[in-house]
Amino acid sequence: MSGFQNARSIVEAVSTGATSAVDVLSEHLARIDEREAEVHAFNLVLREEALQAAQQIDDRIAAGEVVGPLAGVPIALKDNLCTRGIPTTCSSKILDGWRPPYDATVVSRLANSGAVFVGKTNLDEFAMGSSTENSAFGPTRNPLDTSRVPGGSSGGSAAAVAAGFAAMSLGSDTGGSIRQPAALCGLVGVKPTYGAVSRLGLIAFASSLDQIGPFTHDVADAALLLESIAGHDPGDSTSIPQPFPSLSESLTRGVDGMRIGRIVDLPAGADAEVVASVDRAFDVLASAGAEIVDVSIPAFTYGLTAYYLIAPAEASSNLARYDGVRFGSRVEAPDTNSMYMATRGEGFGPEVKRRIMLGTYALSAGYYDAYYGKALKVRRLMAEDFAKVYQSVDALITPASPSVAFPFGSKTSDPLAMYLCDTYTIPSNLIGHPAMSVPFGSGEQDLPIGVQVLAPEMGEPTMFAVAAELERAAGGSHV
Amino acid sequence: MSDVGIWTHDGFEMVVGLEVHVELATNTKLFSGAPNRFGDDPNTNIDPVSLGLPGALPVLNRQAVELAMRIGLALNCTVQSCTFARKNYFYPDMPKAYQISQYDRPLNIDGHLEIADGIVIGIERAHLEEDTGKSTHIGGSGRIHGSEGSMIDFNRAGVPLVEIVSRPDIRSPEQARQYVNELRAILVEIGASDARMEEGSMRVDANVSVRRPGEEFGTRCEIKNVNSVRSLGRAIDYEARRQIAMISDGEAIRQETRHWDEGDGRTHTLRTKEDADDYRYFPDPDLVPLDPGNEWIESVRANLPMLPAARRTRLAEMTGQSAAAEAIATIVERRQDDYVIAVAEIAGGADRVLIHVKEAFSEQGSEPTVPAADLAALVAMEVAGELTSTQTKTLLGDLVDQGGGDPAAMAAARGFEAMDTSELDGFVDAAIAADPDAWAKFCAGDGKAMGALVGHVMKASRGQADGKAVTAMLNARKG
Repeated sequence: MSGFQNARSIVEAVSTGATSAVDVLSEHLARIDEREAEVHAFNLVLREEALQAAQQIDDRIAAGEVVGPLAGVPIALKDNLCTRGIPTTCSSKILDGWRPPYDATVVSRLANSGAVFVGKTNLDEFAMGSSTENSAFGPTRNPLDTSRVPGGSSGGSAAAVAAGFAAMSLGSDTGGSIRQPAALCGLVGVKPTYGAVSRLGLIAFASSLDQIGPFTHDVADAALLLESIAGHDPGDSTSIPQPFPSLSESLTRGVDGMRIGRIVDLPAGADAEVVASVDRAFDVLASAGAEIVDVSIPAFTYGLTAYYLIAPAEASSNLARYDGVRFGSRVEAPDTNSMYMATRGEGFGPEVKRRIMLGTYALSAGYYDAYYGKALKVRRLMAEDFAKVYQSVDALITPASPSVAFPFGSKTSDPLAMYLCDTYTIPSNLIGHPAMSVPFGSGEQDLPIGVQVLAPEMGEPTMFAVAAELERAAGGSHV
Repeated sequence: MSDVGIWTHDGFEMVVGLEVHVELATNTKLFSGAPNRFGDDPNTNIDPVSLGLPGALPVLNRQAVELAMRIGLALNCTVQSCTFARKNYFYPDMPKAYQISQYDRPLNIDGHLEIADGIVIGIERAHLEEDTGKSTHIGGSGRIHGSEGSMIDFNRAGVPLVEIVSRPDIRSPEQARQYVNELRAILVEIGASDARMEEGSMRVDANVSVRRPGEEFGTRCEIKNVNSVRSLGRAIDYEARRQIAMISDGEAIRQETRHWDEGDGRTHTLRTKEDADDYRYFPDPDLVPLDPGNEWIESVRANLPMLPAARRTRLAEMTGQSAAAEAIATIVERRQDDYVIAVAEIAGGADRVLIHVKEAFSEQGSEPTVPAADLAALVAMEVAGELTSTQTKTLLGDLVDQGGGDPAAMAAARGFEAMDTSELDGFVDAAIAADPDAWAKFCAGDGKAMGALVGHVMKASRGQADGKAVTAMLNARKG
């Protein structure tokens, strides 16, 4: 980021008239012109719309209006967030040509806060993947090393911020799709408490797991963006009907007196350099006054298995609506069933088809109890395990991703290897707790490593306090 | 009620359970704010939820829950905390390719409905679900197979339904008809639905099997496309006879869904159990469990109106046991019983009031256009013997035509005045003189001859004589 280190400094400069929203946007658009062809963060750059929005903000500020806490901040939106009149594709051919007639709740909240939307970012098709290689529109490259993946599924949103195309972005996280790309791109990424952020207008992958959250350069920006999108929405029945807690005090609170848990039976599989970073994180927190407590969460290990039954099961139902009847692409055929099969056969990519089949199978008569039913039991056990642990600790620390950014194609032929990317992130989605990745140290080729902070339901204030402490120790944002 | 409890054929009895779907009379749809209105132009009452657009989310309609609870309580059900599930299947008029319904935890369970002769039909459950859109197939037979194309109207998609499932307690076509008629009367009375089978706001499917009394239940077939109460009786009668014939020929009954054809009066195989859908029910992750709570349940119970059965009892008690049950049923069905009672409370003569209201106000609503006080004045004159029944009928016609009025003034205007005895004596003398044959036969005990004599008196008095008084006078003369 040439002129600005973070979004807060943009808001400050734009609100005081030190610079204009149009100038801030132009700076970001210039970087897009320079590198987007190489990075491919976006499915769509909203150049004209953004310039118009920025100009309006400048006009309002000139007229003496108070524009909002995100005045003039260029923000990128994952392309599974509905934007009124603007194509929203989920990086799938099946939504070709569809323009939602409405904005997602998060989109209208950000617009009301003075944000400027620079574009819709690339993702693994329907958010299914951990590398953004599953997009129907081609992969996104990691701006830190373009031979490597940015992570996924919100790879475009991560890359857009890492490359300076946007000051912040929104992604969605179903099993780690914000935290893992944040780790791989050296950013802060937050999966909020389930129900803290409205899902209305987020195109569903797995409804009981999906949450929208921020990508930012630092922890304070993440707090700013999360506070702008969180809070009850009567349009989402699973939205928590309570005010979202303020995070401002968390940023300076420190961790003195906190008890931070180290999970002794955490599944193995993280690279040594990642494990080393997490160990250093514990040291840093201990020297900042936290007590490190060894805890056991036996069900953690079964998270991945349960997730790959529950998420596909819900997806198989959520994605059934793409039938060619009412919107999106349709492949004409002589009768309805052939039309369904041709439309879905051509419209969906292989990973989406794989998960639809997995999920359909898991829910089928005769298999339900053995698969989906059992996965729900694991989910309950996991919730019990975590609840027990949170009686004795305030937060937990784990790796966010088992490795730093990996080269293109290194996992595409082995779905299971790709699924293992989510080992440490999945449990938070299954139990609805918040979790975030914060850059902490680096590994091979100086690539960033992310440490994950986990906290109980609505425990974001604690979680941000721990993340802020780690950030201070790491010496600010990675970039 | 001739064959209420008895239907047997070749030593078999029928075992029938009914599944009744009713559209609730809400302002808006079950999970969105789109209007719930019948008869509008196609695809005008729609929104993102009705169309199942990506990113749309359901929000439960409180009014629908309340009406569903009213149904449950009126049918003596237990109302309980419940959940929503997805029933997955592809059909062009099913927007999300799943229907939100209730599966293992329905809102209402374990109720009953009493029909004539104290026969009680158990209600297994009455649960909430959403309706589908409506397909119109062009060309061919009007069914989707062999049609040239289909048009879909999504106005109905998402309209709230309650599915009322009876236990297999019905043993005759007449019981089935009575069950549906009574159910319909209750639904209308409690304002839950207009329950019109012709418009499809009430739809009845029948599960029919046969057995020799005392044996285990036989294999059942589900009969669909029954569009009137009369057809319901015909369909289950046909179906039971079909099954008995098959068993008598040594054939086994296949579990299947059959289509009632009104034209040929038969049922035809629609699909067999083997090609039935696997609906892959699972809890809808977009909705939270619904717990109505005692307070809400009790307030709904307290606000239930008097139900048809209680209204019939009330009217029977007021009009006396001699009053025809059929007239009482008709009056209650038309919901004119409050009016009857209001009139009778002023004038007495409840049995007369009942008959007058039944005959004169068949085309009118629960509040006939003639003020109760005016009809009461008329009945009072009739009961006091100031008007003959013929005169009363004439004046009743005048009251209906004029929407009320003073019966005394109307009687005067028509020259209806009670005749004194001496005038009547003269007419009777003249009648005997005019028809001595009849008089002789009458005196010999031929009751039929009296009609001729009364006829003479009526003719001479231009209908103003009181028939009863004339009869009494003739009997007195005969000695």
